[in-house]
Amino acid sequence: MENFDYKINDTQKLGLEIIKEASFDDRLMTLSVGPQHPGSGHFRFVIKIDGDYIVFCDPDPGYVHRGEEKMAEYRTYIQNIPHLERPVIHDSTNITYSYSLAVEELLGIAVPRRGQFIRAIASEFNRQIYTLYWLAIYGIFLGHSTMFMWPAGDRELFIDLMEALTGARVTHAFNIPGGVRNDIPNGFKERCLRQVSYFEKRLNEYEDIFYNNPLFRQRTEKVGILTKEDAIKLGVTGSVLRASGIPYDIRKVEPYDVYDEIDFKVQYLKTCDSFARSYVPFLDMKESCYIIKQLLDKMPESGDVRTKLQSNVKGQSGESYKRVESGRGALGYYVVSDGSPKPYRVKISVGSFRNILALPHLLVGSKLGDMPAIYWSLNYWPVEADR
Amino acid sequence: MVTVPKKFGFGSFVSSILWLVFWIVVIVTLVGLPLIFIILFYVPLPYIGDEVLTPYLFFSMMVDPTRTIPIIKFLIHTDIFRVMVFPGFGYAAIIAAVTIFVERKFLAKMQLRVGPYYVGRWEGILQLMADGLKLISKEIIVPSGADKLLFWLAPVLFVATAAAVTALIPVAPGGWVVADIDVGLIAVFAILGFFPLIALLFSWASNSKYPFIGGLRALHQMVAFEIPFILSALSVVLVAGTLNLTEIVESQYLYWFIIIAPISAFVFYISSLAELERIPFDLPEAESEIVAGWITETSGMLYGLIQLGTYLKLYALAALFVILFLGGWTGPQIFPEEIIPGYTGEKIYNHIVINGIFWFTLKTFGMIILFLLPRGISPRIRIDILLHTGWYKLIVLCFINIFAVLTLIYGGIIPTGGILQ
Repeated sequence: MENFDYKINDTQKLGLEIIKEASFDDRLMTLSVGPQHPGSGHFRFVIKIDGDYIVFCDPDPGYVHRGEEKMAEYRTYIQNIPHLERPVIHDSTNITYSYSLAVEELLGIAVPRRGQFIRAIASEFNRQIYTLYWLAIYGIFLGHSTMFMWPAGDRELFIDLMEALTGARVTHAFNIPGGVRNDIPNGFKERCLRQVSYFEKRLNEYEDIFYNNPLFRQRTEKVGILTKEDAIKLGVTGSVLRASGIPYDIRKVEPYDVYDEIDFKVQYLKTCDSFARSYVPFLDMKESCYIIKQLLDKMPESGDVRTKLQSNVKGQSGESYKRVESGRGALGYYVVSDGSPKPYRVKISVGSFRNILALPHLLVGSKLGDMPAIYWSLNYWPVEADR
Repeated sequence: MVTVPKKFGFGSFVSSILWLVFWIVVIVTLVGLPLIFIILFYVPLPYIGDEVLTPYLFFSMMVDPTRTIPIIKFLIHTDIFRVMVFPGFGYAAIIAAVTIFVERKFLAKMQLRVGPYYVGRWEGILQLMADGLKLISKEIIVPSGADKLLFWLAPVLFVATAAAVTALIPVAPGGWVVADIDVGLIAVFAILGFFPLIALLFSWASNSKYPFIGGLRALHQMVAFEIPFILSALSVVLVAGTLNLTEIVESQYLYWFIIIAPISAFVFYISSLAELERIPFDLPEAESEIVAGWITETSGMLYGLIQLGTYLKLYALAALFVILFLGGWTGPQIFPEEIIPGYTGEKIYNHIVINGIFWFTLKTFGMIILFLLPRGISPRIRIDILLHTGWYKLIVLCFINIFAVLTLIYGGIIPTGGILQ
C-alpha cells in the first residue's frame, strides 16, 4: 500500500498554488454539490475542481432552516418538546435530553432516580439508532449497498425497543422536564438484553465485512487527515474530535444524571483520517452496548419516573446551559427565562454545525473521489445544523 | 373455508362456452375461410421442403404434427432466425432479462431483504415488465444546448454495439453462431473498444458537467484495462493456436484452459468487471460523486436502452469467459439420443446441440452470478487506485501467465501451435 502514500500536505500546497495561478482561468470547473445531488443531503457545497483535485470548497447550509429557536419562544416549556426534537429525529431523545436538563436547572426540579436511568437507557438506544443510520449512509456514499441495508435493518432492533418503551418509532417526545413520560413495560429488561447481545454479534460481522474490506480501507485510510491541532482550532466535537486523538466525551467530562456511576471508556483513535472517523462511531456502538447492560443492572426495581409539573410551569428568571453527548458530539441548550411560562430565549448548540467547519479545510487539496468519504465521515446531519 | 362466487351455475357456464364455440365456428366459416382463399388466389405459394404450402397442407398438419418439422427446420436455418432469435439478439435479451431479475433477488437475499415481490404471481417475476412499461411511458427530456443527433443516437448505438458482441459468441456445436469469422477474438475486442467512445460522445452531447466527468472517467478506465484484458486472452490464443472462437472451444475437448491459465482467467474477470462498469469499478456512474456519471441526463427509454445494452454486454463477457477458459459448450452428455424411442421420421431434435446449449447456458449463468457478486460485498474503488491496479498489477500478472504458457509449449508439454494440429 505504500504506493498510495501521498502526502496530504503536498496536495494541499498543490491546491493552493493552483488557486493562485488559475483563479481567472478556464481550467477550474465549478460543481454545485447539492441540495439535489445524491451525495449531499439537505445541504449544498460549491466546489471547484482542477482535473481531479478539489481546489476550493464553500459549504452552504440553510436549506432546511425551520426557526426552531424562535418557535420555542412562543410555547411553554412542555409544549416545546415535540418540535425541538425535529432537527434530528433519529436522535430525538438526545436532543430533548439537554433541553430537559437545562429547564430542570432553571425551574429547580429534581428527577427521580429511576427516571434518570430510563433516560440514560433511551439516550443510549437513540445513539445506536442514529449511528446505525449514519453508518448506512456512509455505505451508500462509498457505493457499498450491503453496508446500507444491514445497519438500516439492524436499526429496527432498537427502534422496536424504543417503540415498546415510548410508543413511537422515531419521534419519541420521551424526555420531559422532570423525568420521562412513562415507566418501562413488563418484560422489557429480558427483551432488551436479548436484542443487545444479538446486536453485539452483528457488530462483529460489521467489522469483518465492512471495516476489514481492503477496498473500504483504500478509500478511507490516509484520506482527509485532520490533525490534533487543527481539530482543536476548528472546534470539532464528538467522533470527529475523538478520531483526531483527543479522548473528549461529555459523558466523561461533565457527567450528567447517572453517567458518573457507569464504567465505560472513551473510544478514540490517533490516525486522524477518514477511516478513524468512520471507525470511532462503531467503537462507540460497542461501548454503548456495554453501557446499556450496566444501566439495566443498576436500575432501581421500582419508584417514580417523573416529577409531576403543572402544564404552564413558571420558573425564576435566570439562565442555564446544559449539554449532553449526542451521536454527533456535544449538544447544548442555552435557555433564558424571564419568569413567565414561556422561555425568553432558547439557543441550540449542535455538534453538526461545528463539524462542518472542518469540511473546506479537509476537501481542499483532496481528490474528487475522496469527497463522499470525507464529507460523510464528519458526522454531519444537515437538518440539525440548520435547526 | 371455500368461497363460491355468487350466481355461479354450471349450466350457464357450459352454455356460455358452447355459445362462444358456436360463434367462432360461424365467423370462421362465413368470413375467415373465404378471406384466406381470396388471399391465396393472388399470392404465389412458397415451397417448403418438397411440398407447396397450401391451406390443405396446413389442415393435414393439424392431423399429423410431424409434418410441421420440415417447415420448422427450414425456418431455424435461415439467417434471420439466427440474428433475431437463437444465438443472436433474442437469446441474449432473454438471458439479460433473467439476469436483471436474478440480480435483484440475489442481491436482496445478500442484504437481508425481499426484493421485487408484488408484480406477477410468484416473487415479483414480472417486475421487469412493469419497469420497462414505466420507462417507455416516461417523457424523454433533452437538455437545452445538447447535441440532439448524438444525444438520440448514442443509446441506440450502445445497444447495437452490445448486440454486435453477442453475434460473435458461438453457443452450440455445429455452427450455432451468427458470425463465425476467423479473427473472432480480435473482433470482440475491437467492438468492445467502441463503448467508452459512445460514453464520451454521449457525455459530450448532453452538455452537462457531471456526464462530462463520467465520460472522461470511462475513457481512463478503458485505457487502463483494455491492455490487461487483451493480454489475458493472449495466453489462451497461444495454447489454442487460433483466434476463431469456435475452434478455441473445440480445442478444449481434453481440459479447460482455466487449468493452465488461472492467472489470466482472474485478470480477465477483473478486467471484465471494469469493462462492464460494475461495482467496484463503476466510477463512470459513481452516484455519490458525480450523480449518475455519463448517464445523468438520460431519461425514459433512453435510460432503458442503456441498461439493456449493459446487460447484453454482461452476457457477452460472461459467455466470452466461458468460451476462453471454461470450455464453452463442452460437458458430459446428459440428454438421450432420442426422445421418442422407435421414431424413424424426420427430426429436429439433436442431442449434441441441446447438450451444448444446456452446458453453455449453465456455465454462462454461473459466470454472470460471479459478475454480480462484488456488488453485494464491495465498495467503489477510487480512480487513482483503479489506474494503478490496471497499469501495474494486472499487466504484470498477465505476462507471468503468458511466460508460463510459453514454457509449457516450448518444454514440449503442450503441442506447438495449438492442440488441434
